[in-house]
Amino acid sequence: MIKTEHLTKRYADFTAVDDVSFEVKPGEVLGFLGPNGAGKTTTMRMLAGFIAPSAGRASVGGFDVESQPLQAKGVIGYLPEGAPLYGEMSVRGFLGFIADLRGLTGERRATRLAHVIDHLQLHGVLEQTIDTLSKGFRRRVGLAQAIVHDPPVLILDEPTDGLDPNQKQEVRRLIEDMARDKIIVISTHILEEVEAVCTRAIIIARGRIVADDTPAALAARSRYHNAVSVQLVDAGQLQAARAALGALGEVASVEVSEREARLTALPRAGHMILPAISELADRQGLKLKELHLESGRLDEVFRSITA
Amino acid sequence: MRNVGIIMRRELASYFATPLAYIYILIFLVLANVFTFYFGGFYEAGQADLGAFFRFVPFLFLFLIPAVAMKLWAEERKSGSIELLMTQPLTLWDAVLGKFLAAWIFTGIALALTFPLWITVNYLGKPDNGAIVAAYLGSLLLAGGFLAIGSCTSAITRNQVVAFIVGVVACFALVLAGFPPVLDVFRSWAPGALVDAVASLSLLTHFQSIQKGVIDLRDLLYFAMLIGLFLYATAITLELRKAD
Repeated sequence: MIKTEHLTKRYADFTAVDDVSFEVKPGEVLGFLGPNGAGKTTTMRMLAGFIAPSAGRASVGGFDVESQPLQAKGVIGYLPEGAPLYGEMSVRGFLGFIADLRGLTGERRATRLAHVIDHLQLHGVLEQTIDTLSKGFRRRVGLAQAIVHDPPVLILDEPTDGLDPNQKQEVRRLIEDMARDKIIVISTHILEEVEAVCTRAIIIARGRIVADDTPAALAARSRYHNAVSVQLVDAGQLQAARAALGALGEVASVEVSEREARLTALPRAGHMILPAISELADRQGLKLKELHLESGRLDEVFRSITA
Repeated sequence: MRNVGIIMRRELASYFATPLAYIYILIFLVLANVFTFYFGGFYEAGQADLGAFFRFVPFLFLFLIPAVAMKLWAEERKSGSIELLMTQPLTLWDAVLGKFLAAWIFTGIALALTFPLWITVNYLGKPDNGAIVAAYLGSLLLAGGFLAIGSCTSAITRNQVVAFIVGVVACFALVLAGFPPVLDVFRSWAPGALVDAVASLSLLTHFQSIQKGVIDLRDLLYFAMLIGLFLYATAITLELRKAD
């Protein structure tokens, strides 16, 4: 379990993290969201024991990060931002070094190393110098060092940052694999990632928690929640369709994208407008390429609460 | 203690992972021999001892030791790997000590490779081998002192060049304090006690007294305290600046 109480980090001229309190339970994958400079990395660094809080406290696995730092670090697997590694070492040498520091010995050391090498598919690069690896492989090595001691808590700072879409997908799959029995905290500013892997999202802005909910519930705060998006076959019907949609009582407003011949009807609070719109389309003889119900746009929620 | 050993082994291995370590040792050996034979007047002195070599050791170390020490922490901070290191279950002290010991062993290896000089004097005559052993020990302690200072200056900055220059200046100041011309400047106006105090701060004074073959507890204590003090300063500096 991770628990923070009034966690605060002040620097000389600004407060990076301001009175942050939350708890994370096993099985949860917590996404830490926020604009750059919001305090995500600072919070994670305090949890990982790299920097000390100015006020408040944090505990990981029941160990206070300040008074029991070694025990707390022992239950954490941590991937720092940008996944810094020792570039001059070979992958095998580096993972062995981390396994030693993690106190793994004998049989267990060998099986854990074999497991992470297997799990992250590092067989082909074991003897390669880390400096010569591609970004994707380097990130995998970073993840391997974080899980080599099979920690109950994983703290990953922007694990997919700078990777290509395939590599991103791969890292997400790894996180999902590990999610069942661990506590995982990841920070990101990629919102689709939160929807893809997180069971819960905390949004922070200017060092404070501004939202703490499931990704679905956050998306539901969007004004696009239950909005209906319609794409027409014939762009010529756009104006007529717009007028007809706007005339419906439950529709609050209509947004038009001429390039895509798309209309998005936003509902008045609490109304379901899908049936009315589909009926309207039939009645007016609108030819539809696509009709769908939106669950809400996380990026819009994100912008509206962090701006 | 286990962690100190793990850190030390990794550091030592990383020295030899690049050609830099071999080049460094080569430069050290070439310079040591140039100083001994050309400037030290090894043959002209007509004495079977290594005085010609050990006289130049402090000045050789003055530039070469900060060059070893400069990467100790500056590089970790620049690459960000310090964050990886300090979030492993080890204490700051484990890391400071492990890195220092690795650098010390490395300079010890470079120093030990001057052994042909020792063989040469034994071939040419009958030197006082006890004094030579003492002088080697003194050189090793001197290297330790310089390394501790260099470790501290390396922790101050992310820039290795800055770490090197500040390290050389700091080491130079401590060497100068025992240099006769400098002491003469003090002697002309300061009371004798102050001159002695300045001289006793000097690395050179303590190194020379060991080099003469007299291993005095006070000299050993001086080096132990110097190393301890600067490693402690390294740890404090890191605690304050590691995340900058």
